[in-house]
Amino acid sequence: MTTLSIDNVSRWFGNVVAVNDITMTVGPGVTGLLGPNGAGKSTLINMMGGFLAPSTGSVTLDGKPVWRNEQIYRHIGIVPEREAMYDFLTGREFVVANAELHGLGEKAAGRALATVEMEYAQDRRISTYSKGMRQRVKMASALVHDPSLLLLDEPFNGMDPRQRMQLMELLRRMGDEGRTVLFSSHILEEVEQLASHIEVIVAGRHAASGDFRRIRRLMTDRPHRYLVRSSDDRALAAALIADPSTSGIEVDLTEGALRIQAVDFGRFTALLPQVARDQGIRLLTVSPSDESLESVFSYLVAA
Amino acid sequence: MYDPTVARLTYRALLGRRRALILGALPLLLIVISVAVRGFSGADDQVAADVLGGFALATMVPIIGVIAGTGAIGPEIDDGSVVYLLSKPVKRPTIIFTKLIVAIAVTMVFSAVPTLVAGLILNGNGQQIAVAYTVAALVASIAYAAVFLLLGTVTRHAVVFGLVYALVWEALFGSLVSGARTLSVQQWALAVAQKVAGGDLVTSDVGLPTAVILLAAVTAGATWYAGQKLRTLKLAGEE
Repeated sequence: MTTLSIDNVSRWFGNVVAVNDITMTVGPGVTGLLGPNGAGKSTLINMMGGFLAPSTGSVTLDGKPVWRNEQIYRHIGIVPEREAMYDFLTGREFVVANAELHGLGEKAAGRALATVEMEYAQDRRISTYSKGMRQRVKMASALVHDPSLLLLDEPFNGMDPRQRMQLMELLRRMGDEGRTVLFSSHILEEVEQLASHIEVIVAGRHAASGDFRRIRRLMTDRPHRYLVRSSDDRALAAALIADPSTSGIEVDLTEGALRIQAVDFGRFTALLPQVARDQGIRLLTVSPSDESLESVFSYLVAA
Repeated sequence: MYDPTVARLTYRALLGRRRALILGALPLLLIVISVAVRGFSGADDQVAADVLGGFALATMVPIIGVIAGTGAIGPEIDDGSVVYLLSKPVKRPTIIFTKLIVAIAVTMVFSAVPTLVAGLILNGNGQQIAVAYTVAALVASIAYAAVFLLLGTVTRHAVVFGLVYALVWEALFGSLVSGARTLSVQQWALAVAQKVAGGDLVTSDVGLPTAVILLAAVTAGATWYAGQKLRTLKLAGEE
């Protein structure tokens, strides 16, 4: 059982506060660190990994400090976000080097490469790898010493759907084995599919924590705004407002469109096409007008 | 104190194709100059000392030192791949010490060996000039590697600072301001060379005891400080 404790941690760079008084405990299983870009996720992960000192507060792994403590890496595996990784080596040479730095040998490296299913390309230079292959070799290098804590910074960035599924499967397995796995992401769906527990960071603050269903509800229950253009805006507006899933409709004359506020996301998205068909109205544009992550997250902070 | 895996990674990064070409260019130039000089003016001890002192020790050795010293760690810190070394239960000073050994070895091979070869071509080691400058290059390699490894650890602009030091401080200031010569790796190395050559052709502005103490102090100090800097190296802040 490995527990990572973050106690009242803040980190600032000059006048900029990147992480603001965060307290959380990360235990066994898969935890997703969710937040928009620039929220402070990487700063927090860097402090968790011992690559950055907190300005105040402390980060400990089972009671031992992480900062300036090289021995802690016997228990931590790290998958950094940055791409660079000794591209002149082959995948196998890279993982073997990582194993040796842990005092292990080729056997451990072979096992790690097998775990990420990279044996088929292990003798190719890393410079020839695709993004997904690099990610898997990074993963192998982090797993080589069988760590109890795995930290991954935006591991799914740039991966194709198949690679994404493979990595998710692997991380899920790690979590089921009782390891403490923490990964960061700015994509809700990724976190939802994988993490049993979610920590949300917005603008350096700890915005929410808990079960993904709770957080999903917080996110989907907020009013959704849509911009809709159709062959008959007023008839469509009249039909929609009759349903309780819609709380307000504005006819925007300058845009030539309807601005609709929906309170029940699921029901509204089913209702709109149905109403249009029944009324013989053609839908020309349906676009969510506040789906940017920032607005989703800022709603969450307010909740 | 020495980690063979760190050493292997450093060697392979340093002797990658492009860097090896740069490292090989100056020694090649030295050899070409030596062959040409020997061809035009025959074996002349004074000319040999001028070429080895003016080009090999004053220009080539520090530049090779900059490339090997900063290159042993700078690019890894720049692109972030050093994280794979730092996230291991390996003491940070061990990483620095290992990289220093590699940087010294590479600087020696690419500067002292060609200096010896050039000296033999120029005057066949007459008056011990070839050996004296080779010893100077060996000694200077140690100090340069340590100083430039430290630079590579503390700044992203290590190559620029290194070249400024090597070319402006050592070459220009050294010839204009006599005080600057006391604080010059080149002069310290020359003090050792003077002892080896014994004649008047190789001279230094610094006495041998001072030179040896300063060489040892700078090498040890730079290495220790680089180890300390690596312990608190911050990889974040790009968000």
